[in-house]
Amino acid sequence: MAKYNLKINGKSRQVDADPNTPILWVLRDHLQMPGTKYGCGMGLCGACTVHLNGTAVRSCQLPVSSIGKQEITTIEGLSEKATHPVQKAWLEHDVAQCGYCQAGQIMSAAALLREKPNPTEEEIELGMSGNICRCGTYLRIKEAIKTAAKK
Amino acid sequence: MEKTQSTYSRRSFLKSSALAGGGFMLSFTWLSGFKPADKLKELNLPEQLNQLTGYIQITADNVIKIMCPNPEFGQNVMTSLPMMIAEELDADWKNVVVEMAPHDNMKFGSQFTGGSQSVRSYWKPLRNAGASARQMLVEAAAATWGVSVGEITTKAGVLYHKSGKSARYGEMAAKASTLSVPKEVKLKSPKDFSIVRNSKKNVEGIKIVTGKPLFGIDYHHEGMLIAMAQHPPAFGMKLKSFDASEVQKMPGIKHVFSIQVFPEGFEKQMFDTRTFNELVIVVGNSTWEVMNARKKLKVEWEVTTDTKEMVNMRGNKNEQLVPGGLESTSSHLEKMQVRAKQPATVLRKDGDPETMFKNAAYVVERTYNAPFLAHNCMEPMNFFAHVTDEKAVLAGPLQAPALIEPTLTKRLNLPADKIEIQMTRMGGGFGRRAYGHYLVEAALISKQVKAPVKMIYTREDDMTYGIYRPMYTATYRAALDANKNLIAFHVKGGGIPEHPIAANRFPAGAVEHYLAEGWEIPSNITIGAFRAPRSNFNAAAEQSFLDELAEAMGKDPIEFRLELLKRAKENPVGKNNDYDPDRYAGVLKLARDKSGWGKPENGKYSRGIAAYFCHNSYAAHVVDIIRKDDEPYVEQVTSAIDCGIVVNPDAASNMVQGAVVDGIGNAFYGGLTHKNGLAEQNNFHTYRIIRHHEAPKRIDVHFVQNDIDPTGLGEPPFPPVFGAVANALYKNTGKRHYNMPFKSELLKS
Repeated sequence: MAKYNLKINGKSRQVDADPNTPILWVLRDHLQMPGTKYGCGMGLCGACTVHLNGTAVRSCQLPVSSIGKQEITTIEGLSEKATHPVQKAWLEHDVAQCGYCQAGQIMSAAALLREKPNPTEEEIELGMSGNICRCGTYLRIKEAIKTAAKK
Repeated sequence: MEKTQSTYSRRSFLKSSALAGGGFMLSFTWLSGFKPADKLKELNLPEQLNQLTGYIQITADNVIKIMCPNPEFGQNVMTSLPMMIAEELDADWKNVVVEMAPHDNMKFGSQFTGGSQSVRSYWKPLRNAGASARQMLVEAAAATWGVSVGEITTKAGVLYHKSGKSARYGEMAAKASTLSVPKEVKLKSPKDFSIVRNSKKNVEGIKIVTGKPLFGIDYHHEGMLIAMAQHPPAFGMKLKSFDASEVQKMPGIKHVFSIQVFPEGFEKQMFDTRTFNELVIVVGNSTWEVMNARKKLKVEWEVTTDTKEMVNMRGNKNEQLVPGGLESTSSHLEKMQVRAKQPATVLRKDGDPETMFKNAAYVVERTYNAPFLAHNCMEPMNFFAHVTDEKAVLAGPLQAPALIEPTLTKRLNLPADKIEIQMTRMGGGFGRRAYGHYLVEAALISKQVKAPVKMIYTREDDMTYGIYRPMYTATYRAALDANKNLIAFHVKGGGIPEHPIAANRFPAGAVEHYLAEGWEIPSNITIGAFRAPRSNFNAAAEQSFLDELAEAMGKDPIEFRLELLKRAKENPVGKNNDYDPDRYAGVLKLARDKSGWGKPENGKYSRGIAAYFCHNSYAAHVVDIIRKDDEPYVEQVTSAIDCGIVVNPDAASNMVQGAVVDGIGNAFYGGLTHKNGLAEQNNFHTYRIIRHHEAPKRIDVHFVQNDIDPTGLGEPPFPPVFGAVANALYKNTGKRHYNMPFKSELLKS
């Protein structure tokens, strides 16, 4: 076990954890921030996507010891009251079915739009292809990203 | 306007009571006065569970709180069921607050999410409750204003009198709570709907997009421990012994022990499906610690021998054989080929099919195969349990609390009223969460360690020890006369371990000479319901066969189906045909018209059509394939659905689009294979799920407009996707595809 000072959603958080613990489980178990979801544990499904210095990463593959001073943003930190353009677009298109993967989808979409404010259809597909939605809401996700891009 | 009795039987009642602070609460209870009670009986629920109760609360400050009885797994019942109440109540939807009801079958009915039943079975009862509450508010206003009831109108949560008087519902709620419940209420005619048929957003949308803890896996309790179960590494194996010494020394680990989920000789209920009776459990402080420690377990497993288990199937006790030993897909396929040639159980026979086949000028015969499918809910199986000597509190994702409660009472030795089950939002279900063995596992673990515990399956646990869609095969045969008229039809289907055949479905009833047969091969690989059970295979096989048959007969595939349906309507063959030919033809025609079937401008697409009836509703899809990166790609789909009245149209479209994506994904990639009992796919790198770039660019959903009471939507759109994909694929590749998943077949060819 080791102590880490993490910067999460603009706040400083201290945790005592095994250095290999993925940030996913630090968030969920140590900090009781369960918005970031476990889906596969292998970086295959994207449910655990968070931002590391603004870039989308799979938190299940990111040991706590590797973070250092880098800033983590989770779905809880994107905006508290769904005021982020991507969250608003998700509500406008009523994207979710079961909703489990959507935090990861939203975090991937927000990072994609930061990098490419006006993505093409192909860029959206490519940027989002790491996020699985078992309910099949892909078409609405794409529409929501297009809507968010306009704002 | 339709009048309904608010009391369905002598044991039924609506009851009003006052709320502290001047509000009004309407409880409603009634017995099986509504059709789907038959379905509930099939599930072997106790008689009293056919009651349905719930409540509407109206507070003095105009908040209308509605409890949603059924668990939510993405079918949007938390929005659509309250809409039905709000419609008849004439509530202002903005003031409606929805909460998930706790498990209480006496108060909330069967609470069963499955079988596309939720909206269908609650349609009349919930509207009746809304109308009763409205009527009481009207009576309260009439008495207050000294006017007659007939002079009062309601709109969006406000009562109006022609004199200009008006009051919000909250103002009359306290008075309404003192009135007796009306014996009879009038339900609205569909033309007067203002909430139903008008799209409302998901009531949990904001919570979902802000990452609130909605799901079972998010459940937190002070002092809670984390548990994982080590299953045998393969079907056909069981625990022999284990050495926990190394694991116990690992950081954060509290307990290592084994549990008997269902002890030997335990009489299982129908949904207690589980092969693995003994598991090694690791309990510790955090998920990561437990996950790592479990890898250090030293376990000896042994191969099982044949066993028999008693299963109580809806009141009928059946002794079932669970074969011992290690099974493989290759041996399954061989066994199925051998078994398919042997005699089978006749499920339906009309006319004299044997003679007709003997005298046929042409016989078309094709065999279709499909693998086991894993549900792969995005949220893996998990459950929270806190069991003490006095009571058990459980919380998590579950489709059917009433089905697991009797088993919990037996395994925990606690009466049902000491078992509290909270249903969280589910990260997918697809049938998987009707099988509640994981609650039993969580409860037994908590009981053993005397602490609150959350048990979690890893993705690998979830995928490799599932309750799968069975492995199926079916051979279809058609006899044609010299003029290529269809004179006889034969389907013989089998599966491991159950056959898929629905003998009274189309084209039964449309062909003079018809035979349906089924056979089964027992297995120790556990199977269960998977979105539209059996239909999800039948629609692939039968609809591919009809397409090939139409081609052999020189007919357009839609016209051919419409001819058969005309026959089924005008001069049906046999009895018990379970579909309505008009509604079936309706979706075919709608799909034909909306897709521009046969129009030259659509010549650029390889088009396939399929339609199917199941779970009381009708669906047809036209699938359009193009080549993308030299591979077949479904670029657009036109869907036509008849599920009666559509309560929440935009959410309904979302669900149909999802069913189409799910169907394409499973048709192309879905499949679980075994080698010596071991699942060969264990995570998303080996079990391929359809992704963003593989989903169609467009899915246009069209609903047949009618005033038929809702007939269900979660499952019906799913099965015909498989057939439509197969038929479009044929147009694209020039080859018929008989083996799912199709992409594996394409790679082989």
